[in-house]
Order: sequence, then C-alpha cells, then structure tokens
Amino acid sequence: MSSVLYDVPGPKARRISLIGSVVGGLAILGLLAWIIFTLGQQGIFEGRRWQIFTRADVWRLLGNGLGATLSAAGLAAVIAFPLGLLLCLLRISDLKAIRIPTRVVLEFLRGMPVVLMMLFILLGFGTSQFIAVVAGLVVYNAAVFAEIIRAGIQSLPKGQREAGLAIGLTSFKSRMLIELPQAVRRMMPSLVAQLVVLLKDTSLGYIVAYGELLRAVQLMADVLGPAFLFPVFFVAAAMYIAINIAISRLAVWIERRGSKKAAGGTAKADPVAVEAAAP
Amino acid sequence: MKAFMTRRKSLLVAATAALALSLSACGDGGSTAGSDPTVAEKPTFAAGTTMEKLASAGSIKIGTKFDQPLFGQVGLDGKPVGFDVEMGKLIAAKLGIAADKIEWSETVSANREPFIEQGKVDLVIATYTINDKRKQVVSFAGPYYEAGQALMVNKDNDSIKTPEDVKGKKVCSVTGSTPAATIVDKYGAELVPAATYSACLEPLRNKQVEAITTDNVILAGFVDKEPDAFKLASDETFTKEPYGIGLKKDDTEFRGWINDQLEEFGKDGSYKKAWEATAGSVIKTAPELPEINRY
Amino acid sequence: MDVIIESLPLYWEGFLRTLFLSAVSGVIALVLGTLLAAARVSPVAALRGFSTVYVEILRNTPLTIAFFFAAIVLPRLGVQFAQFEVAAIIALSSYTAAFIAEAVRSGVNSVPVGQAEAARSIGMNFGQVLNLIILPQALRTVIPPLINILIALVKNSSVAGAFFVLELFGYGRQLANANGDQVITVLLGTAFFYLLLTVPLGILASTVERKVAIAR
Repeated sequence: MSSVLYDVPGPKARRISLIGSVVGGLAILGLLAWIIFTLGQQGIFEGRRWQIFTRADVWRLLGNGLGATLSAAGLAAVIAFPLGLLLCLLRISDLKAIRIPTRVVLEFLRGMPVVLMMLFILLGFGTSQFIAVVAGLVVYNAAVFAEIIRAGIQSLPKGQREAGLAIGLTSFKSRMLIELPQAVRRMMPSLVAQLVVLLKDTSLGYIVAYGELLRAVQLMADVLGPAFLFPVFFVAAAMYIAINIAISRLAVWIERRGSKKAAGGTAKADPVAVEAAAP
Repeated sequence: MKAFMTRRKSLLVAATAALALSLSACGDGGSTAGSDPTVAEKPTFAAGTTMEKLASAGSIKIGTKFDQPLFGQVGLDGKPVGFDVEMGKLIAAKLGIAADKIEWSETVSANREPFIEQGKVDLVIATYTINDKRKQVVSFAGPYYEAGQALMVNKDNDSIKTPEDVKGKKVCSVTGSTPAATIVDKYGAELVPAATYSACLEPLRNKQVEAITTDNVILAGFVDKEPDAFKLASDETFTKEPYGIGLKKDDTEFRGWINDQLEEFGKDGSYKKAWEATAGSVIKTAPELPEINRY
Repeated sequence: MDVIIESLPLYWEGFLRTLFLSAVSGVIALVLGTLLAAARVSPVAALRGFSTVYVEILRNTPLTIAFFFAAIVLPRLGVQFAQFEVAAIIALSSYTAAFIAEAVRSGVNSVPVGQAEAARSIGMNFGQVLNLIILPQALRTVIPPLINILIALVKNSSVAGAFFVLELFGYGRQLANANGDQVITVLLGTAFFYLLLTVPLGILASTVERKVAIAR
C-alpha cells in the first residue's frame, strides 16, 4: 500500500534514505545507550538486583499474578463478546423504543472510566474483587464491542441486507445469517485490538486490590525493597508486551486462515469506520 | 480465542511450575516471621454465638492489608505477615482454629466496611482506625494498638519538624486516605496522591515531594529499610489512630468476647510476644495494650 | 445527594484538572500520532521501523506501566519536573499517540489508491501526496475513531490519580473516604462529571460519522 504514495526511489533517493536511516538508527541507538548507561550508573543492572529471578517464589508470585490477569481477562472477554453482539442488535433494532434506550445505555457505559466502574461494582453490589474486575471489564468492553460490530454492519454494502430480505428472511434472520458473520470477520482487527485493551485493563484492578500481575509485582517490590522496583516492573512490562503481541499475531493468523476459507466471499473490507477500538 | 488463552495459560502455569521445581534449591524461602500460638482444644461456646459457629466450622475469614509493612504485608510465599496478622492468629487460636485454617483476604481502605457488612470476612484487622462514622456501619473490638500520624522526610532535611512546617508544601500520601485528608484540611499541605505508601518513596528520594505522611508505624517500617535515606520528622505524632478489630455491627457477644481475649493477651504476654515477632523488630518501645473501649 | 452539592467545589477542581490533562495530552497525542502515521508510510526504512516498533510497544503496554516509566524512571534519568502533571501528560500522550497513529494509518489505507496515483501522476512528491491529498481525506474518515480514542483518553486520565496527580477520580476517592456512609452517592457524582466530558464527545463522534457517511 505504502508504495502507492511515492515513486520507486531512484539511486539518489535511495542513498539519501540509506543515510537517513543510518543516522536515525545511530541516534536512537545512542539514546538507548545513554539511557542504559545512566540507569547502569545507578546500579540498576547490578547482578544482585536481577538475581531475584532465579528464585522459585518470585516466579510463583509472577505466575499467580499472570494467572489472575489471564483468568479475569479471559472470562471478561468470553462474556463481553456475546453481550456486545446482543447490544449491537438492540442498538440497530428497527424499533425506536429499543434503539434509543440502548444507545443511551451504551453512551453511558462507554463514557465511564473502568476503574470507577470496578470500584462501583465492588462497593455497590458487594461482589468479590474478581467479580468486580470482570464485571467492570465486561460492561465497558461489551459496549465497545457493540460499537465495533455496528460499524462493521454499517460498512457492508446495502445489497447484502436487501438480498437477505428479498429471499424472504426476516429482519432478524438477515442480521444473524448474513450481516453479523461478515461484520465480525471484517472487524476482526478492531475486535482483537480491543481484546488487547481488555487484557491490559485488568491492571486497573489495583483499585479493588485484585491480585493481577501488576499488583503482584507491586507487592513484591514492596517486600524486596526499592532496589528491585525497576527489575520487577521491567519483567512485568515484557510479559504484557509478549502476551499482547502473541494475541495480535494470532489474530492475524486466524484472519488469514479465515479469508482463505471465505475465498472471495466478502467484499474487500472498507476500513473507514474500522479501528474503532479505543485504548 | 478463549480455548487458546486457556491452553496458553496452562502451558505457562506448567512452565512456571517446572521452573519453580528446578529452582527451588536456590530460594531461601522468604521471611515468614511470626509465632505459632497454641491452639485451644475444642473450646465451647454458647449455642448460636458467632464464636460457636466459627469454632464448629473450624475456619475463619480475616481481612487484612497486604501492603502495610510490619502490620500486614504479603511475603514472597504469598502469605501475609505482621502484627495485625499475629492478632488474627491469636484470636483464631482461641477459637480452636489453627493458623493454616485462616483464610486471609486482602482488604483495602475502600472495601473494609462493605466486606464486613456483606459477611465476606468475619473480622477485619487492617490498621483500621476506630471512628464514629465507621461505627455507624460496623462494630469495633479493641483498640489493640494506638498509632498516630507522623511525617517522614529525607535524611538531610531539617526544615520540617512539625506538621505546621508543611503548609503549602508537597506531601505524598495515599489517594483517599484519612492521613491525606488530615494533612490537607488541617495543615494546608499540597497533596501528592499515590496508589500505595511505598509508591511515595521514589518522589521523596527525588525531592519531588517534601514529605510522606501516614501512621507512624508504617513510616517506621520504611525508615528501618533505608535508614540512610529517610527519617521521621519527629517522634511526636499529631493524631491518635486507635486500631480496632472490625466485625459485624451489633454482634455484641462476639465483640465482648474478642475484647476479653485482647485483655488476656495483654496479661499472659502473648500480646508482647506478637509485637516483638513483628513490628517490635523496628519499633523498640513495646506498646502497652491500650484500654479496651467497651461501648 | 447533599454530599454531592456540598462537595461541588472539590468535584469542580478535579474536573478541571481532568479536563486540563486530557486536553493537553490530546493535542500532543494528535500531533505525535499523525507524525508517527506519516513515518509509518514513508519511504525511509528507519522511520517506518521506528514508528512500527513504537506503536507495537506502546499499544501492548498497560497504561499503568507507561505511567511508571514516566513518573518514576524518567526522574532517574535526570529528567526532573516540578509538577507531576508533566509526567502524567508524557505518559498519556505517548500512550494515546500509538492508538492515534494506528487509526490515522488505517484512514490512509482507506483513501482509494487512485487518489495517490493521480497525485503522483501530476508530479507530486511524497510530502505533497500525503499533506495535500491523502491526509485531508484520511483525517475526515478517521475523525469518529479519533474521537473514540479521545474519549478513552479522558477516562484513562483517571490512572493519573495513582501517580501523584490529584484529578477527578482522586477527589472522588477522597470524598468517598470522608463520607464512608455515602460512598455510592459520591461515586455517582464522580461518574456524572466524567460523563459531562465523554457523552458530548460521543455524540459528536456519531454526528460526524453520519455527516461523513452522507458525504461519501
């Protein structure tokens, strides 16, 4: 795609680009080196600070934290997705009496900070921390999923629905059999991006003291002492990034496999309203 | 997607477990300071009381802090240690419940009252200051300790001695905590809020805040860990924070019984022993058990 | 209800701080995100690489960790700031910029290929193609997702409450602690002030969306 934006570079442009790349690369490397050096001066890379990662109990705590993160995110995703589908169907219902209230509810859910929602559920409904985290994630992400799928349905060519109705499907059946499957496939990148957001948002569980990865790391740093703050946070960040990139890659893979199966079935996605996923 | 995540998770768990196994030789186990009080054998209580219910169930749910050094802090083995935890063990022992039958759950400041009201925990022992507003929703046994708010500053800072000295200056404390409200409302400091007290340490070290404020016992824990970096502004405290044991409102029998036990702990020396095993390692002056408030 | 009315000045102060954080971070993130998107489609390999790595890392890191680096690691590197708002703005804008870059990039991809081809065939260079032809069209189509990202930014600013900046959510928690018997009311009040910012943005997004849909 990007090659459409500029001509195939000639020798001169290639040379300039190469010089630019080398200079830019060196500048970034220099910056990184300076950061590492400065942090190193403060002893952050001393072996003893990283030796904690040879300890079994440290890894067990990290494992527990990771388990708590993944189980909350997993459960929330499994509930939020069907709920999002349902909300989406209500949101585009033919009946005004359903459509409008749904829209109001969706605006509400989308507009509330997840931390506030978690705290509210914990205190207002007296749930456990796990339920508060999961429910907080579910209500927000279901609203976002609904919006993404709606954007997907609206980006479909009108003919899809018209053809469905013309062959005698009811409005509901046309939505379920014709439009939703295409919309979901079309919006896969956004849906996965939102899934990553959901997983990251488990870290907001600190507000209700849910023992997810970041909370585990924080408590661990408290016990070990401030010298270990940087190493444990660094490892936690690396774990998050690795898992999230894995999820994104998996999605790309599923998408490729799916599009092979659907060979030519769907029109090329119109990526306009796509990427509705919000951080 | 879910199937994948579950599989991934179980793989990870397996990998972690394998690693744990292979490394367990190197670990030194963490520091599980604390005593093992003698468990009462088959204590008898009047039928229908909370004590009887807990004793026959053989287990008790106690809420405590997981991030409060010396009082309730979770160790690397995942179990909380501290003075609050010791008090919990002592009370459980009197009910005939061994320490390993206590279900500890983390309570943060925001969820202590709801947890008691909803019966999620039987007791809350979590640096829990007794005050009148809280008494409207829960009952308190004790106090079993009296702390007070203090200020911690950098070692080289001699300009702050009393809370009056922080007027208009930046002071770090936990968002929505009572010490934070006191230092702002009463002494006019500028609040720099953090998620935990330990999160305040870096800004203090970097001199981005002038002081950290909370109960003296918590600050003492930080000073103990880094005596070369920090000190208490003064040994005097400027509030009184009587720590109580929270339980369901109007469970008068249970409250009275715990108060009796507390007084007994004071007499038989187990109170002192619990202190010395935990906070006493840092705060040398052992406290006397405060007078029990039997309201 | 009384507690909300009594605490209006505090709520208002928190509201203004949240508004300030969101507005400043939003503007910086928009500029930075657009630059990153331009770098992502540029002919210079190093720029493409940098932009890709930046977006991948920031999008996959929890905001809390971004805050940790801005508020705690940066001072260690000698980047001192007198106000913690600076750290919050650095964290929020660098995090949000990654999402904006992705949205703008997908907008660039949505502009029909013929547009860029036509522009190049009349002799425009990369900068001109991007600035005069692609971005104006792309920005129009990405405005609804961009507004969604800004809504998220407003809400994400609540994480700053855990990192030394007293904003709306922080005031809310303070009030909740002071009024232990009316916690729910206090939280509802906090929610109201967030909705005051996010709901108008949401309505704006759907209005723009409808306008854009007609224009096509």
